[in-house]
Amino acid sequence: MPIITEKELRPDYDVIVVGSGAGGGQSAYTLTMNGVKVLLLEAGRNYDPATETPMFQTPSQMPLRGMSTREKPFGFGDATVDGGWEVPDEPYTQANDKPEERFWWWRARMLGGRTNHWGRISLRNGPYDFKPYSRDGLGFDWPLAYEDVAPYYDKVELLIGVYGSNEGLENTPDSPNGTLLPPPKARAGELYFKKHVAKLGIPVVPIHRAVLSTRQDHENIPRRLFPHNPTAQKLTAESMKARAACFWATDCVRGCSIRANYQSTTVHLPPALASGNLDILCDAHAREVILNDQGKAAGVAYVDKKTGQERVVKARAVILAASSGETARILLNSRAKRPEGVANSSGLVGKYIMDTVGAGLGGRVPAFENLPVHNEDGAGAHVYVPWWLYRPQHAGKLDFARGYHIEFTTGRQAPNLNVAGPAAPGYGRAFKEDLRRTYGSFVGFSGRGEMIPNKDSFCELDPSVKDKWGIPVLRFHWKWSSHELNQAAHMQRTFKEMIEAAGGSAGNPTTGDKAIKPGGFIIHEVGGGIMGADRAKSVTNAWNQCWDIPNLLLNDGSAFASNADKNPTLTIMALAWRACDHLIDEMRKGNL
Amino acid sequence: MLRLDRRQALAWLAVAAVGLTAAGRLPLGAAEPADRPHGKRIGADPVLNKTYVPGELWPLSFTPAQQAAADALADLILPPEAGGKKPSELGVPAFIDEWVSSYYDETLKDRPIILAGLTWLDAEAQRRHGAVFAKLTEAQQAGIADAICGVKPVKKEHKPGQDFFKRFRHLAAGGYYTTPQGMRELGYVGNTPSATFDGPTPEALKHLGLA
Repeated sequence: MPIITEKELRPDYDVIVVGSGAGGGQSAYTLTMNGVKVLLLEAGRNYDPATETPMFQTPSQMPLRGMSTREKPFGFGDATVDGGWEVPDEPYTQANDKPEERFWWWRARMLGGRTNHWGRISLRNGPYDFKPYSRDGLGFDWPLAYEDVAPYYDKVELLIGVYGSNEGLENTPDSPNGTLLPPPKARAGELYFKKHVAKLGIPVVPIHRAVLSTRQDHENIPRRLFPHNPTAQKLTAESMKARAACFWATDCVRGCSIRANYQSTTVHLPPALASGNLDILCDAHAREVILNDQGKAAGVAYVDKKTGQERVVKARAVILAASSGETARILLNSRAKRPEGVANSSGLVGKYIMDTVGAGLGGRVPAFENLPVHNEDGAGAHVYVPWWLYRPQHAGKLDFARGYHIEFTTGRQAPNLNVAGPAAPGYGRAFKEDLRRTYGSFVGFSGRGEMIPNKDSFCELDPSVKDKWGIPVLRFHWKWSSHELNQAAHMQRTFKEMIEAAGGSAGNPTTGDKAIKPGGFIIHEVGGGIMGADRAKSVTNAWNQCWDIPNLLLNDGSAFASNADKNPTLTIMALAWRACDHLIDEMRKGNL
Repeated sequence: MLRLDRRQALAWLAVAAVGLTAAGRLPLGAAEPADRPHGKRIGADPVLNKTYVPGELWPLSFTPAQQAAADALADLILPPEAGGKKPSELGVPAFIDEWVSSYYDETLKDRPIILAGLTWLDAEAQRRHGAVFAKLTEAQQAGIADAICGVKPVKKEHKPGQDFFKRFRHLAAGGYYTTPQGMRELGYVGNTPSATFDGPTPEALKHLGLA
């Protein structure tokens, strides 16, 4: 079964999956490995990383030296097409004009969605992260514990390939031996900071990223993943054999034609397609979940974007993994039988949306001037700083309740258009010498922190605005609490201390409201269909099933009840795998 | 999430925030500037895996006189090393032309500054030496550059020249150091596949006191 056209649609799918990113890709993979017949609907076009990825293109080969534009916000070479904070023909609106109350909604209308360009940072939530309310009285507990998810973190790490190390740090889980791939060596600048920030009590350890530092063990991993399923073992082994190890060059956000990093299009979808159990229909924009007379999900109405025609496809179960905003939009637009939309008896669809708190600070470290030249490329960050202040924070010694981790960059990175930005006035040989000497001495620090869900951050249907196909669009409401603002200010103060500890000079920290990036800017949008133990206070149960409609699952970030500082993608995949295993059990038992 | 270059991100964000309409919608089709009839941009779904050259996506703007002045000024700002090529031979001024001919909020701001600045250069050269900027000796060109580059205090009447020089230098350096020759000069030796990642060299570790 292949990427199909509408004429090839079949009448007898078991499951329709909406969205082909981390949640949809994982769902399609897990289901098809178990013989389930799946139709995957993708709102964007087909996309093939093997032929479309501009891996080695230099800025001088790109329009405008590859600079960031509104159409390609992360630069021309970024893998994303038909995506960004603005998507043609697909507006969204803001309830409020105040900049700090806007939500920047990133979408990627392409096969593989946002997995084509993400940072590949793959951190597990820890035990605290699933029970935040129990720990500090804020936000919500998840209806599951770390121990419930851990086996699925193991599976996802084994499948997609994650480099990293086990450090035994608080709320920063280790993986079982043999699960992680070896981390690459730290760079010169990374080692220098590790040494010099130790006196601040700040740990610098190998980061976890979904990049193959070595080839996968295709003989043993498939057996661990599917002990009693020879077909899935074979399909997964074939896919692993086709993936190369990283060659330590080019930016992961451009995508990877050798399949060395994880993106849905290179890891989840190829074996799922090879199973013969998957059809993929692109340019199919899901509008509504169709219910049968019993109130169960019976299918999906979608718009064929090429023709503008609306069609209905049917199945025994439906999985929404359209991105948490789009999933909420589909639920709210499913109004054929209920004006409030489907799965919304709690009234919480679209509520409690979260992003990650982001703030940054740059600086310069003179020690890095004239560093003997060597190649410092190689698969993004190799180290990071996990949150290190759990105890003082829990003791109430900080003015914000949740943690953040730190990502930073050093060294001679590929030059871009802004290379002369900080240079002193002048020209000629002195100018060139100034640039040569200081290039590589600039450092950049970014904090990625936990936002606590709040009632003022939500999305709803805009009462009047519709997209090109006549589908009502989302209207966003957004507010930070003092926890997020204080955290952002703490980030900047810490970065300044770190840079100065390395003998450098940093920019000036500012107040939290100025330091914090806008909502949605970090593109870790989760929530809007939060899971819980009480059906009156949540949209899904612990298996990502909608309380109101058990054969309707939310397998993207929608079901997140909190948004730990650990980037959400790995957890989206672990929960999707777990939810699909449960769905298969329930279907086999005849419960759905 | 991946790291957006901080400077670019903030610049883009500032511009984009202004571009939002009162209704909060995100307009993609801004009003057409009168002097930019083509209105062509990169678009949301460009072919990524190919090499582009200035002028391919939208028409360029420099007159022959502006082109000659841009060549001369780029070469003055970024003189070649022994055995190296001049910026004018590496297409750096063509990139600046591509930039000021494009249809983005950031580049729209640079267009009048750069085009008027290049014309001013020739006028100033004529006034001082009776010839266009490109025909002056290097010392004569330097005399004009020194008046506007900002190393010494810039006279009030040369303030527009200073703004021009600053933006031109920014674009020329960005254009130059993103070429293979420019990258080598900065000591960037990546973008090369390698079977292993070997980490920093012993010399680099020694330099940092980490050996």
